[in-house]
Amino acid sequence: MTSQLTEVRWHARGGQGAVTAAKMVAELAVGRGKHFQAFPEYGPERSGAPIVAFTRISDEPIQTYSPIESPNVILVLDPTLIASIDVVEGASEQAVVIINTEQTPEEIKKDHDFGNVRLMTVAASKIANETIGRNLPNTPMVGAVAKATGLFGLEEVQDHMRQSFSKKFSEKVVNGNLEAVRRAFEEVKE
Amino acid sequence: MAQTEVKTLAITGNGAVSLAMKQVDPDVVAAYPITPQTDVVQNFSQYVANGDVKAEFVTVESEHSAMSACIGSAGAGARTMTATSSAGYALMVEVCFVAASMRLPIIMTTVNRALSGPINIHCDHSDSMLGRDSGWLQIYNEDGQEAYDATVMSFPIAEHKDVRLPLMNMYDGFIISGAIGPLKPLSAEQVQQFIGQAPDYPKLLDAKNPVTMGPFDGLHGWYFEQKIAQNIAMENALDVIQDTYDRFYELTGRRYEHLMKYRMDDAEIVVVVANSAAGTARAVVDKLRNEGIKAGLIKLRTFRPFPVKLYAEALADVKVVGVMDRADSFGAPGGPLYMEVLTSLYQEGQCAKAVNFIYGLGGRDVFPQNIEDVYRRLDAIAKGEDAPRERIYVNAKGM
Repeated sequence: MTSQLTEVRWHARGGQGAVTAAKMVAELAVGRGKHFQAFPEYGPERSGAPIVAFTRISDEPIQTYSPIESPNVILVLDPTLIASIDVVEGASEQAVVIINTEQTPEEIKKDHDFGNVRLMTVAASKIANETIGRNLPNTPMVGAVAKATGLFGLEEVQDHMRQSFSKKFSEKVVNGNLEAVRRAFEEVKE
Repeated sequence: MAQTEVKTLAITGNGAVSLAMKQVDPDVVAAYPITPQTDVVQNFSQYVANGDVKAEFVTVESEHSAMSACIGSAGAGARTMTATSSAGYALMVEVCFVAASMRLPIIMTTVNRALSGPINIHCDHSDSMLGRDSGWLQIYNEDGQEAYDATVMSFPIAEHKDVRLPLMNMYDGFIISGAIGPLKPLSAEQVQQFIGQAPDYPKLLDAKNPVTMGPFDGLHGWYFEQKIAQNIAMENALDVIQDTYDRFYELTGRRYEHLMKYRMDDAEIVVVVANSAAGTARAVVDKLRNEGIKAGLIKLRTFRPFPVKLYAEALADVKVVGVMDRADSFGAPGGPLYMEVLTSLYQEGQCAKAVNFIYGLGGRDVFPQNIEDVYRRLDAIAKGEDAPRERIYVNAKGM
């Protein structure tokens, strides 16, 4: 990513932790001395309902408070959403789209025309199940974002996660998340 | 002057205000704990539960009762805070008039959200504008940092002996309240030092110096004169607010004014707008300036008292001013902010053309393009197109 402004749109279902992940990416931006903004699309939140969240990261102070119209990074935490929602709506030229699925980008492309985007996949749910022991695709997704965008390094994400998770969670949970991030970072497919 | 490097937090607007409340640690917080209440109060209740604050936290069965409890508390001399939003504020308004007339410096956060109906929980300024004549000081804030800073600055303003009025701080519901943004907080010590001890003003329950507050006044009492006194206090607040802003600048390096001017030198077309849309508008001004269009922006902070002279001064050499209201006043000549700006111009004998734009009602999005369209319209009027007297609705369906 060479552009100064990165605009991320998250597609998920309520309960998958997209807002938490959007916040994590914002905090990582703080660590880089960058400016940031993270906000959900507002509405009543119900577990399982489709939700959208946004993150802006910029070298310059961010003063625009409108929803993101042309994201250059699109993250899909639940692959079933792509059947009912146009997840690439407004996507900027060569936007990075990462879908949480065990399928390869080629397999996804067979059924869906995403136009001119860089499609990537990562088995974030599978990784989460194997490392954290629960289907929480949000933290591995942050690892995939770091790899796909080059915004953050793997160790940077892990250091941040260790710091912020250690206060709340057991060492086992923390280590599971760190491993999830590492695997997602390494296993994201283009 | 500017403090040494402060760690930037990633925190929601509501989280920022809760943090300020924690650092202020008032004597009493009385609030309604259920929707349309925001997590300002929820966060604060966690501080209470964790023992982080000493405040007496009173949860009540309605917003009407919340403000009533605040009145009792502040009347007894306790530093008192609360928070509300949307219909909760509407329910509170009756008692808000009482708080102001009793000259109680209660500090309240009102997260700007729509009033029903149709039922709508999203951002607009209908709630706080409903109470614009209730006698409270009203400060509007663009983002979480401003809301945090304003919360801290509220106490020296509201408690000042020449003011002694309740104060409410606004910021945009969801757009700011629920969005995670950067915050450079003060330390709790800095906050305590800045707000100081609450001054010792006449209070209930002081048996040695008995006073009566808010009694039955009768037909031949002093109700009228009390209202005049409230207006004098409002007028006094203009200087007290700016002095407090200046003192805050010394502490933080963050500059606040009643109205925040952006690229106003030589500006010919100007938008006046409050809260988060001002941020979006600044980016639009930059774009237009690059094209050679002399665009400027005034961000409203202080709405009550309304700084009439400052608006007249700022708009003295402007050709066309577009006033953007996120609330309407049905049947009135325009939205609340428009009418204030128009009156300011008229009182000072100025004749810049003024056009009213109503935007964002019920959380309708306002994109940079919408604000650019507003400026383009102003530009056309500056070049000779007729200025409409009717409201122009921004991004409304079918318009």
